[in-house]
Amino acid sequence: MEQILLNGLITGAQYALIALGLTLIFSLMNILNFAHGQMYVLGAFITYYIYGKLGMPFIVAVIASGLTLALIGAIFEKYLFNTVLKRSVREESTMLLAAGTAFFLDSLILIIFGEKQRSVPALVEGVFFGEDYGLDIIIPINRIVIGIIAIVMIVAFILFMQYSKPGRAMRALAQDKTAAQLMGVNLDRYSLIGFALGAMLAGVAGSLLVTITGVNSGIGGGISIQAFTMIMIGGAGVISGAILGGFILGLVEAFGLYYLPGDITYLTIFVGLMIFLTLRPQGLMGKPWG
Amino acid sequence: MKNKQFILKVLIAVFFLLIIIPFVLVYSQRNDYLYGITSVAILALISSGVWLSFYMGRINIGQGAYALFGAYTTAVLVTQTSISFWLALILSGIVAALFSILIGFPILRLKGVYFSMITLTLTEVVKLLAIALVPITNGPRGITNIPLPGELSIFGLTIIPDFATLENPKIGFYYLAVIAMIITFAILYRLVHSRMGILLKSLQQNEELASSFGVNISYLRVISYAISSFFGGIGGAIFINLTQSVYPTTFQVADSINYMLYTFLGGLSYVFGPILGAFVLYFSWDILFVFKEYQLLIYSSIIILLMLFLPNGILSLRFKK
Repeated sequence: MEQILLNGLITGAQYALIALGLTLIFSLMNILNFAHGQMYVLGAFITYYIYGKLGMPFIVAVIASGLTLALIGAIFEKYLFNTVLKRSVREESTMLLAAGTAFFLDSLILIIFGEKQRSVPALVEGVFFGEDYGLDIIIPINRIVIGIIAIVMIVAFILFMQYSKPGRAMRALAQDKTAAQLMGVNLDRYSLIGFALGAMLAGVAGSLLVTITGVNSGIGGGISIQAFTMIMIGGAGVISGAILGGFILGLVEAFGLYYLPGDITYLTIFVGLMIFLTLRPQGLMGKPWG
Repeated sequence: MKNKQFILKVLIAVFFLLIIIPFVLVYSQRNDYLYGITSVAILALISSGVWLSFYMGRINIGQGAYALFGAYTTAVLVTQTSISFWLALILSGIVAALFSILIGFPILRLKGVYFSMITLTLTEVVKLLAIALVPITNGPRGITNIPLPGELSIFGLTIIPDFATLENPKIGFYYLAVIAMIITFAILYRLVHSRMGILLKSLQQNEELASSFGVNISYLRVISYAISSFFGGIGGAIFINLTQSVYPTTFQVADSINYMLYTFLGGLSYVFGPILGAFVLYFSWDILFVFKEYQLLIYSSIIILLMLFLPNGILSLRFKK
């Protein structure tokens, strides 16, 4: 029991990191970033090469993954999304562009990194036995460390959004674009920063999770769907919702996979989600019609 | 006058589709192109549902779910009962539509991105359902060896011959797909230019306002979503009869996204957009096959470039004012 709970919480922390990036991009630009899962995979592969193959310290790999993805996010925003948003009659066109970038990254990853399943050595060796403390837990210490790093990052992100100037500007934009612009917030600049930050979070999440689950080039689409599920649970465009959604999905998955076969678990999750959304269309924390 | 011109153009297009193109292709033995146009017709047929959902202001990325529903309905009916293919085809559409009414009542209350996300997961749900319901669907192994469509006759008069007796069953499928597509788009055109079409357009612009004028919005939404899904179900049923097998992965999330791409790239303001979008994207995918592993890379670059330079769809070129 404690075992499942802990597993769920650790997975949840990483999921929350993925969902945060997606929700940030959505709240600023109303773009549903289909390529989020692919960005995650890219981050994981960069970590695989720097940490797993070149043997550099893990922290270097995480920073490299984050920065590369931030750069890619910034390029996507400046040259693709922003341009299309300005030229198109409909905002929805960006959804299509996002799907295009998802396919693009998917094929790029496949060409560069191949289709093999890759994994890296654990950060910390050893297994934690909870019996000494009266707990029914057996867990690799690596997982605990990764879970803690993820939680630290979530806290850092919240603090950044809450107290820094760019964070405040982005929150203002998410609340009311026109009002924020009238108060002198530069929309283009903060959209760029927001998109880069969102992509970076995806990369960092991939970078952390590769030490546990490994990575292969085909998992991007599935990760995107999971991320969508999380922000639907929590409410799109709301930071607290993304975190909550991540933890809820992590826990439900952990319990579901323990008691039910895999396919049935996901079927139950999706059907449950549909019933939940009929009762509360905006998710747990979302504004009505976000 | 304008109306006459339009009818003339449509007649020319139908004449080309039904007589010239099959004649040329059969004569020159290009079975690959015949198959290609058949696929385009089916894809356009499925995508027409996405177009109709957009017409009432919903971006539907779940069309693959209904295609899969229709596909399994036909496959199960044809292989396990003695129902003829033609009846099964209609039933697939109806089953998909009924399912969509059931699903539609709750999820059509969602708007914008929420609706898109839930329909995206819907595709995944139906796939998982097909895997889980082993006694009916045979699970991940799918249903194979689906027989070719049989004869359709009324009072002993053969209207459509048995596909198995045809010299080249491909030509049979060509006519089946193209005629189904023509009927679908005729229905769609009629629908859009009817009173209901105008009401649907009012939903696209502002649901609350439409509702306050006395439009029964939830009824309209469900009905048009059911029609969309009906098209999806029919398209899926024809497709699996062409390939003669169905698996839970026959229609998956990537396919649903592709239907959205066809619709958007063709142009959302024009009824015939999905046909053009499906045609351009299908054949560019086909031609790019020579690039092997770079196929998807170039294909997705084309999509991105099309979006950058023609964000309102390919047909917007022609209708620019």
